[in-house]
Amino acid sequence: MRIYAVCVYVFLYTPIAIIALFSFSAGRSASQLEGLSVQWYGRALNNPFVMDALGNSLFVAFVSATLASVLGTLAAVGLQGIRGPARALFDALIYIAVMIPGIVIGIATLIALVTVFGVVNPWLEAFWPGSAPAPTLRMGMGSLIAAHTMFTLALVIIIVRARLAGLEGALTEASADLYATPLGTFRQITLPLIAPAILAGFLLSFTFSFDDFIIAFFVAGSETTLPIYIFSSIRRGITPEVNAIGTMVMGASLIMLVVAQLILRRGQKR
Amino acid sequence: MTKVAETFSVDGYPRESAKAVPGAVAELRGVSKSYGDVQAVRHFDLAIAPGEFLSFLGPSGCGKTTALRMLAGFEAPSAGTVLIDGKDVSGLAAYQRPVNMVFQSYALFPHLTVGQNIAYGLKQQRPKLPLAGINDKVQRVLETVRLADFKDRRIWEMSGGQQQRVALARAIVNEPKLLLLDEPLAALDRKLRKEMQIELQDLQRQLGITFVLVTHDQEEALSLSDRICVMRAGEIVQVGTPRELYDQPKSRYVADFVGTSNFFDGKIIAVNGGTGQISLSDGRSYRAFLSDAIPVGETACVSVRPEQIRMSDTQSSEALEVTIQNRIFLGEHTEYLVRHARLGNIAVMAPRQSDGRLDTLQKGDTAWVHWNPEAALILRND
Ligand SMILES: Nc1ncnc2c1ncn2[C@@H]1O[C@H](COP(=O)(O)OP(=O)(O)OP(=O)(O)O)[C@@H](O)[C@H]1O
Ligand SMILES: [Mg+2]
Repeated sequence: MRIYAVCVYVFLYTPIAIIALFSFSAGRSASQLEGLSVQWYGRALNNPFVMDALGNSLFVAFVSATLASVLGTLAAVGLQGIRGPARALFDALIYIAVMIPGIVIGIATLIALVTVFGVVNPWLEAFWPGSAPAPTLRMGMGSLIAAHTMFTLALVIIIVRARLAGLEGALTEASADLYATPLGTFRQITLPLIAPAILAGFLLSFTFSFDDFIIAFFVAGSETTLPIYIFSSIRRGITPEVNAIGTMVMGASLIMLVVAQLILRRGQKR
Repeated sequence: MTKVAETFSVDGYPRESAKAVPGAVAELRGVSKSYGDVQAVRHFDLAIAPGEFLSFLGPSGCGKTTALRMLAGFEAPSAGTVLIDGKDVSGLAAYQRPVNMVFQSYALFPHLTVGQNIAYGLKQQRPKLPLAGINDKVQRVLETVRLADFKDRRIWEMSGGQQQRVALARAIVNEPKLLLLDEPLAALDRKLRKEMQIELQDLQRQLGITFVLVTHDQEEALSLSDRICVMRAGEIVQVGTPRELYDQPKSRYVADFVGTSNFFDGKIIAVNGGTGQISLSDGRSYRAFLSDAIPVGETACVSVRPEQIRMSDTQSSEALEVTIQNRIFLGEHTEYLVRHARLGNIAVMAPRQSDGRLDTLQKGDTAWVHWNPEAALILRND
């Protein structure tokens, strides 16, 4: 049993460790260690394509995580007021939403957006006022943000819901009893108490969006995010530079996840 | 301390109602509340006098909390009106009502300090109160509940009894018209509960705020209240001072719930003004005061409090012959459980005697008990 467990961990982490190790290679080969250096990190950070993709990734991750946190929190608070079968249905739908594979979301979003664009674009063209050419809706940053927001929304709802459920109902009643309006209660009592959950939800959403390749691959159009860049450069052969980028992404994601966990834990202690 | 009416301001406080009971600080008028099939509160008619300490007393599930929550504004009555200060508040939400509640779980805000918790209600007032005034009031109320040094503590750094006092302070600092307390002492251990009962009573006298307390602890209700409202299954059974309820219960239920008593079942054979004649299962008929109008022929019971029963080791004409079943020494009193052949078990509370003659009685010994007719009461059997 113990050997089995060890094997599992070896299988899981050896490739990751190798990538991290080889990213420090001094040579040109991605599969042979020829001395140690950080030159590939320098190369990656000086590569304008990498930096461009990184910028896109950060932007998409930030915007979609922000949207998901705000909308998700509102949805969770709204769902709190619903009881009975309707509530069970909503809960089930949210859990299902998290479990749907990325590829399904990617394809579904792609088809949905293409269909919508196909309907809307001719209308835009026909009714666009003035002489300037009408804008056309197409795949790109916007569609990517929309798709990521949609997927991570469910994550935020689940996390915030769990925290809300743990809150004592009497607290909001006590606030109302002490003359706070419903909005005042939300601002002064509910929001501060669920803040750790919202922050954790934000960090998880950010990490998800930042790491996502599958959905982005379908809906990003001509835009390049970091995972898409890595994917396309791998097709030209794996270099220590790709390893370095991968290691950095992994490091950043790990830090975010750990921070999110810490925030959630601390929040629960209170 | 300033008058409540001067300091309190709530938006949209409603107009005078047509016919309010004069002087009542709050009133439940024909109030009912049902949850689906469950009738939690039925036809409540109750006026609460300003400055009084009123308790709702009744077994679990009888609707005490529901009645309180309708006063606070957390539940809307299914029928009837709630009046506060003579005004119909049925349309007002909890945050618009000049009442405050002390929750059984305290419901202190965990992310705020003790001082911030107490200032919370004052900070919600519009127009805004000056900060200095708020701090002043918080400091004074902290002194009142003897927590002056705890202002900047976090809630979870406080003991159960201290949290209880913070919850109390958070409510009374607003000088409400009505302070509602839902089993506020239930979570405390026995000793602390006794201390807090005394503090509560002192506080109420000192502040002159009307207290409405929910409890299922009859001792607590008896020792604290000016008036007790005894409830059963959502209905008011009897309202009165602790003494009235103890000495003149209107039904067997009240006599049983307030204090302890011996009940002997029988049938009314004659009624004469305030007294009645009842025949008991021992074949004899007894004369006693009638607690309520009970028609002849009705089954009823005679209630005699244990301390009203005299016991002796010598026979006398009026006395009933009993056998000693059990004896519990309680210091000033000794509690005996004795058995009569026909009437069954009888509890007797005998004061300490100088000659100590009763002390020699052992289990199985024969003794004689009797009570004055004035001490007995004929009660309805419900
Ligand atoms: N929100 C609710 N939904 C449905 N039924 C309720 C609700 N609140 C109370 N009840 C029912 O109403 C009745 C009275 O409840 P209430 O809480 O007022 O009793 P209580 O006298 O305070 O009891 P306890 O001493 O146990 O606190 C009970 O039968 C209870 O089950
Ligand atoms: Mg209750």
